[in-house]
Amino acid sequence: MRFIGKPLVFGLSLTPFAWLVAATFGVYGLSLGANPVETLLEDFGTLGLRFTMFALAVTPLRRLTGLNWIAQFRRMIGLFAAFYVTLHFAVYLVLDQGLALAPVIEDIVKRPYITLGMIALVLLLAMTATSTLAARRRLGKRWQKLHNSVYLVGILGVWHYWWQVKSDITEPAIYAAVLTGLLGIRVFWRWQRQRRVKPPVAAASPQSAA
Amino acid sequence: MLIKRPDPIRPSEITSESNYLNRRQLMAGLAAGIALPACSPQAAELPAEGELANVAKSPYSTDETPNSYEDVTTYNNFYELGTGKSDPARNAQYLKPRPWSIEVSGAAENTGTFDLEDFIKPHQLEERIYRLRCVEAWSMVVPWVGIPLGDILKRFKPTSDAKYVAFKPLVAPEQLPGQRYRTLAWPYREGLTIAEAMHPLTIMAVGVYGRVLPNQNGAPMRLVVPWKYGFKSIKSIVSISFERNEPATSWNMSQPREYGFYANVNPEVDHPRWSQATERRIGGGLFAPRIDTQPFNGYGQEVASLYDGLDLRRYF
Repeated sequence: MRFIGKPLVFGLSLTPFAWLVAATFGVYGLSLGANPVETLLEDFGTLGLRFTMFALAVTPLRRLTGLNWIAQFRRMIGLFAAFYVTLHFAVYLVLDQGLALAPVIEDIVKRPYITLGMIALVLLLAMTATSTLAARRRLGKRWQKLHNSVYLVGILGVWHYWWQVKSDITEPAIYAAVLTGLLGIRVFWRWQRQRRVKPPVAAASPQSAA
Repeated sequence: MLIKRPDPIRPSEITSESNYLNRRQLMAGLAAGIALPACSPQAAELPAEGELANVAKSPYSTDETPNSYEDVTTYNNFYELGTGKSDPARNAQYLKPRPWSIEVSGAAENTGTFDLEDFIKPHQLEERIYRLRCVEAWSMVVPWVGIPLGDILKRFKPTSDAKYVAFKPLVAPEQLPGQRYRTLAWPYREGLTIAEAMHPLTIMAVGVYGRVLPNQNGAPMRLVVPWKYGFKSIKSIVSISFERNEPATSWNMSQPREYGFYANVNPEVDHPRWSQATERRIGGGLFAPRIDTQPFNGYGQEVASLYDGLDLRRYF
């Protein structure tokens, strides 16, 4: 599994990218449609959001199924989330806005959904830059703190999507439900853990002492 | 999303863009060189499909290059046929645009229900090549075929109470499957002031590219108001009503802060969530830059006077 697993996950994660590149060049009769910039923008954004969800699903899936070996893919999946979100931003910056900085800055400052997206991108890039073992060792406890921001990235990503939809909120609502499940199960586990720890605390409370 | 889609119309049936443009040049040459006998308006024939005959040219047409037939018929906002851009073309088969009738009601002398053919017949079909600016900041150039709405409306003799005209499309979820979901409060509603409705730029379109209007473009009959955002140009109309008061309109009802009744194209007034200063012209490919949006979508000379004294920031 060790020698097949990672290349397999890598290949699968890269498939949608290859597909979109093929469509960009019209290979196999594929096409990006009448508005190719919009197609790339939306598809990379959706992929970024999905890979963020996949990354957030690894730990719950591992705990629920006992398949501990899937933990080895978590970093790669997270890096693909950053990869697709970066492409999403690059398409916006270069193809959509033509590198015109004034409107881009105006968007980031004035349009809350773009502000949210930018914060998520910066957090993802910070996690990418510190994704190596060496960086993990160097940062010590602060590493975990920084990488816990993946929860925030999930929330910002869904919010960003929800906020720019015109009226049909079906799709962002699905992502919101999945995210609620992925974060909710963590909250539930934490609550359970605290409850297990509580009895001795209760025994030492002033009432029992008295 | 990536979609491979079967062609609903055989390619051989479609006038190629180059032929189409050649024909237009030929017509222009004829008009300039030979004095044709003064032609009386030809009664409009509206077949269920295929090419439209006796279509006159119009000085209101832009000389910008129209988008391809494929762009015009596969990239649509028509929420009754789905909210994705390619959904309307995919779901177009469900809509049955014949037989079709239109109910005219409200403040007019001649009201009643009319067959589509009778509704169109007294008029001369005209080609109007217009810019179309969507509120989502993309645009196209579309060679519509239609009739000035004012000419149609005059036949019903609106009374002095008719200050507005309200439009509604068909409500039939089995034909318009998007109506099964409350993405908007159905029926879709749109309206114009009587002056906007009577303006010669406003047309009732029944065709595109010289052919009968495809279902995804709002068959059999849709409004085209080129100086307003596309959502004002309501599709598949079955009801026209002359009103005393400003009618409620769907997008305004759904998000009053974001979509106004007037919805005139205005680069100065941003949508709360995106800029309206520029637009992406469909058909330019991956590397085409955005272009500047024009006040009233470039039709200011013709229509700006309709809004003299109106605060366009407030009445957006």
